[in-house]
Amino acid sequence: MEKWSLMTITVLLALTVRWAVSLGSYSGAGKPPMYGDYEAQRHWQEITYNLPIRQWYFNTSDNNLLYWGLDYPPLTAYHSFVCAYIAKLINPEWVALHTSRGHESQPHKLFMRTTVFVADLLVYIPAVILYCFSLKETSAKKKVSSALCILLYPGLILIDHGHFQYPLSLGLALWAVLCLSHDWDLLGSVAFCLALNYKQMELYHSLPFFCYLLGKCFKKGLKGKGLVLLAKLAGTVLVSFAACWLPFGTDVEQIMQVLRRLFPIDRGLFEDKVANIWCSLSVLIKIKNVISPRTQLKLSFAVTFLSLLPACIKLTVQPSLRGFKFALVSCALSFFLFSFQVHEKSILLVSIPVCLIINEIPFMATWFLLVSTFSLLPLLLKDELLLPYAVTTPAFLAVCLASFSILEKTSAEDLQLKAFSLSLKGYVSWFKSFPRIVRSLVSGTGLSDAALPPPQRLPDLFPVAVAVVSCLHFLLFLVYFNVVILWDSKNRGQKKIS
Amino acid sequence: CPFHPSSSPIFTATSEWTLDYPPFFAWFEYALSHIAKYFDPQMLVVENLNYASRATVFFQRLSVILTDSLFIYAVHECCRCINGKRAAKDILEKPTFILAVLLLWNFGLLIVDHIHFQYNGFLFGLMLLSVARLCQKRYLEGALLFAVLLHFKHIYIYVAPAYGIYLLRSYCFTANNADGSVKWRSFSFLHVTLLGLIVCLVSALSLGPFLVLGQLPQVISRLFPFKRGLCHAYWAPNFWALYNAMDKALTILGLKCNFLDGTKIPKASMTGGLVQEFQHTVLPSVTPLATLICTFIAILPSVFCLWFKPQGPRGFLQCLVLCALSSFMFGWHVHEKAILLAILPLSLLSIQRAKDAGIYLILATTGHFSLFPLLFTPPELPIKILLMLLFTVYSFSSLKSLFR
Repeated sequence: MEKWSLMTITVLLALTVRWAVSLGSYSGAGKPPMYGDYEAQRHWQEITYNLPIRQWYFNTSDNNLLYWGLDYPPLTAYHSFVCAYIAKLINPEWVALHTSRGHESQPHKLFMRTTVFVADLLVYIPAVILYCFSLKETSAKKKVSSALCILLYPGLILIDHGHFQYPLSLGLALWAVLCLSHDWDLLGSVAFCLALNYKQMELYHSLPFFCYLLGKCFKKGLKGKGLVLLAKLAGTVLVSFAACWLPFGTDVEQIMQVLRRLFPIDRGLFEDKVANIWCSLSVLIKIKNVISPRTQLKLSFAVTFLSLLPACIKLTVQPSLRGFKFALVSCALSFFLFSFQVHEKSILLVSIPVCLIINEIPFMATWFLLVSTFSLLPLLLKDELLLPYAVTTPAFLAVCLASFSILEKTSAEDLQLKAFSLSLKGYVSWFKSFPRIVRSLVSGTGLSDAALPPPQRLPDLFPVAVAVVSCLHFLLFLVYFNVVILWDSKNRGQKKIS
Repeated sequence: CPFHPSSSPIFTATSEWTLDYPPFFAWFEYALSHIAKYFDPQMLVVENLNYASRATVFFQRLSVILTDSLFIYAVHECCRCINGKRAAKDILEKPTFILAVLLLWNFGLLIVDHIHFQYNGFLFGLMLLSVARLCQKRYLEGALLFAVLLHFKHIYIYVAPAYGIYLLRSYCFTANNADGSVKWRSFSFLHVTLLGLIVCLVSALSLGPFLVLGQLPQVISRLFPFKRGLCHAYWAPNFWALYNAMDKALTILGLKCNFLDGTKIPKASMTGGLVQEFQHTVLPSVTPLATLICTFIAILPSVFCLWFKPQGPRGFLQCLVLCALSSFMFGWHVHEKAILLAILPLSLLSIQRAKDAGIYLILATTGHFSLFPLLFTPPELPIKILLMLLFTVYSFSSLKSLFR
C-alpha cells in the first residue's frame, strides 16, 4: 500500500485514540474546592480575557494567585487568551470573572477537549509525521510504523487528553529538532524559543540545543563562518524572546514577578511523590529535615550539572545529529532525576526525545516508554484514568512488538553498545533475563496499586513503590544513554571504514 | 439499550424496551444476568429502567467485547476458506489480512455494537461461521449454526431463502448432470431427513417450552410486530423511504395546488420519530403483504440462478447478499442496521474479484454513512467521523492495491 494512505490511516488511528481518551475523566473532575489542572486552564482563560496584561501575574483583588495563579511563561497566557476569546463566543458563562469558578458541564468539557485536540492536530502531529518522513536509511514501512509508535505513546495521550494539558511546548520543541535535522538552524532556534516561552520546563532541553549549535559554530571555525552563525543565532534568540515578552515592555517589576512565578524557589525540593532521586532517597533519609532549603537548592543544581556535563561537552566537541538526539534524552533525564520541584508530568520531556530515537534502539526505547507511562500511574489513578491506561499501554506494546520485533533485537550491536561491551568484554548478556524480572516487577506493582486499597499505616505505600521502582529504572537508563553517547564516535568511525 | 433479564421475559410489558427477540436470545440474556449480579445487583431489578451506573455500563460493554470472540473465530475460519490469487510476501497485501481487517474493523459493526450497543458481533460470528462451514462443505454444521442463529435473532430470516435453496440444490441433490443442471435421480432422502431433523430439533429446543406453556401466539406477536408501521422511527434508506418521500412531496404539491384538503391530513406523521402505523396521503397505503410480494419478486432472479446454475460457495454468497439487500429494500419495518447483513458477507466476495470489490466499496461507504444518525450526541461526532474515514481510506487503498 502506498506510503501516504498508510500514514493517513496512522494519523486517523492516533486521532481516534486521542478522542476516545478525551471522553474519559479529567484532572480534578468533581473535586471542589481546588479541582485540578483542567480548572487551572479554564481559570487562566478567565484571567487573561478579563484582566489587563499588567495584572496577569500579580496578586490583586481580582486575581488571587493562590487559586491557580499563572505560573507559565507569556505564550501560555496568550494561548489561553485566544481560547477564552472563542469560549466567549460560544458561552460567556465559561469565562466570566469570578462567577465561572469551578464551572463543569458537558458542553464546556467538549470545548476544552476540542482545544487540546486542535492543538495536537495542528502542532504536534504534523511535526511527528514530517520527522518520520525525514528519517534517513529507513524503509517507507519503517517510517510509518515509527510514526504509529510515536503517536500511540500512552503517556502523552493520557496526560494531554486525559489529565488535561496542551501539547504545544513539546510540539514546538519537536519542530525545532526537525528544523535542526534539516540544517535550518535559525528556524529551529525560533521554534525552540517559542517552546521555551510556552513552558519553562523546556529548559531541560536547552543545554543540548545550546551545545549542539555552539559545537556547529566551532566546527565552522570561530574566525569565519562560525562567528557569523553564532551572531545570527544570538540575534534570533534575542529577537524571539523580545517578541514574546513585548507586551510586558521594559517594566523590570513585571518581568521579575513573572520570573518569580515561573521559578518558585521557596517551594522546596519536591512535592508529592515523583520518580526522582530526592523523593526516593527520602524513604531512607528525610532530606528536607536534614538540609536547609538554600543548601538543597545548591545541592540539586550541583548534582544535576555534574551528571549532564560529560554528554554536553562531548556534544560541543563533536556535534552530530545523533549525539544531539541522545543528549536531549540524557540531559532531560538528568534534570528530571536531580532537579528542583520536578513534577511527574516532566517525564514527558524525556519520553518525547526517546520517541525520536525509537527506530535506532527499539528495545530500550520501548522499555523506557513503558516505564515512563507506568511512573504516571498514581497520577492517572487519581484522575480515574485506569481503563484508558490499561488499554493504551498493551496496545502500544503490541504495536512496538509488531513494528520492530524488539524481542529479537537485544544483542550488543542493536543496543548500540558494541564499543562499550568490547571494552568491558561481555557483560551485556544479562540484559536478556533482565526484562523478564523487570516486567513482572512492573506489572505486579501496577496491578496491586490499582486493585488493592493501601494499608492504614502506610497510605502512600503504592505511589512510593511506583516512584522508587521507576526511579531505579531511570537511573539505569541514565547510565545507559550516557554510555551510548560517550562511546559513540569510535563506533561510528569503525562503521564507516568497514 | 440494556435489557432487563428476569424469569418470565415475554409477558412483562413494563417498559418501552420489551423483549422482542427469539427465545435463545432470552436465554443468553438470562445467562448474562447471572454474571451481572457480581458487578452491580441493582441493574437486575425489573423496576430499574434506564439504570446506568458505571459498573452496569462497564459490565454491558465488557460482555459485548467478550462475546465478540466468537466473531473473531468466525473471521479466522472465513480467512481459511478463501484462497487469494496472489501469494504476497508483504502481510499488508495478503487477501486474508485485508479480509480480516475489513471484517474486524467494520465501521458499522463497531458503532452499532460498541457505541449504540447491541450484540451483533456475536450473531454475525454465527452467520459467518455457518457460511464458512458451507464453503468448507460441512453442510450439516452450517445448517445447524444457521438454525441456531435464526432462533437468536429472527432478522436473519432475510437470508433464509439463500440457505434453503443452496442446501436443497447442492446438498440434497448430490450430483449434477454434465451440463450443470440438476440430476433429479441423485436426490438423497438421508440428507433431507438429516436437515429436517436439525431444524426441528433446534426449533423444539427454542419454542418448545413456550408451546407447552401455551404462550406461542404471544411470542409470535412480539417477534413480528406488524403494528409497528412501514418504517422504523429512523427511516432505513430503502425503497419505502423514497415512497414516503414521494408521498410527502405530492402532498405538499397537492396542498399548494389546492387538490387536497389541508384539514384532513395529519401533521408530521411519519417523521415524528415514533413507532406507529400510518396511512399514506396521496399514494396507496402499503400493507405487509405488499412488501412481502415485492421482496419475493426481488429475490426471485438470484434464487433462480442459485437453483439452475449453482456455482458452489461463491454463488451461494452472491445469492445471500442479494437476498439481504432485497429484504432491506422492500421489507416491512426494516432497521437501518440491517444493511450490515449485506455488507459483511459481501466483504468475503470483495477480495476475490475486482468487480465485487468495486460494488463492495460503494455499498460499504454508503451503508456506513447511512448509519450516522444512530450516534447523535456531540461527543460522539468526532468518533464516528474518524472511524468512518479510517475504514473508508483503508478499504479503498487496500482493495486498490490488491487489484492493481
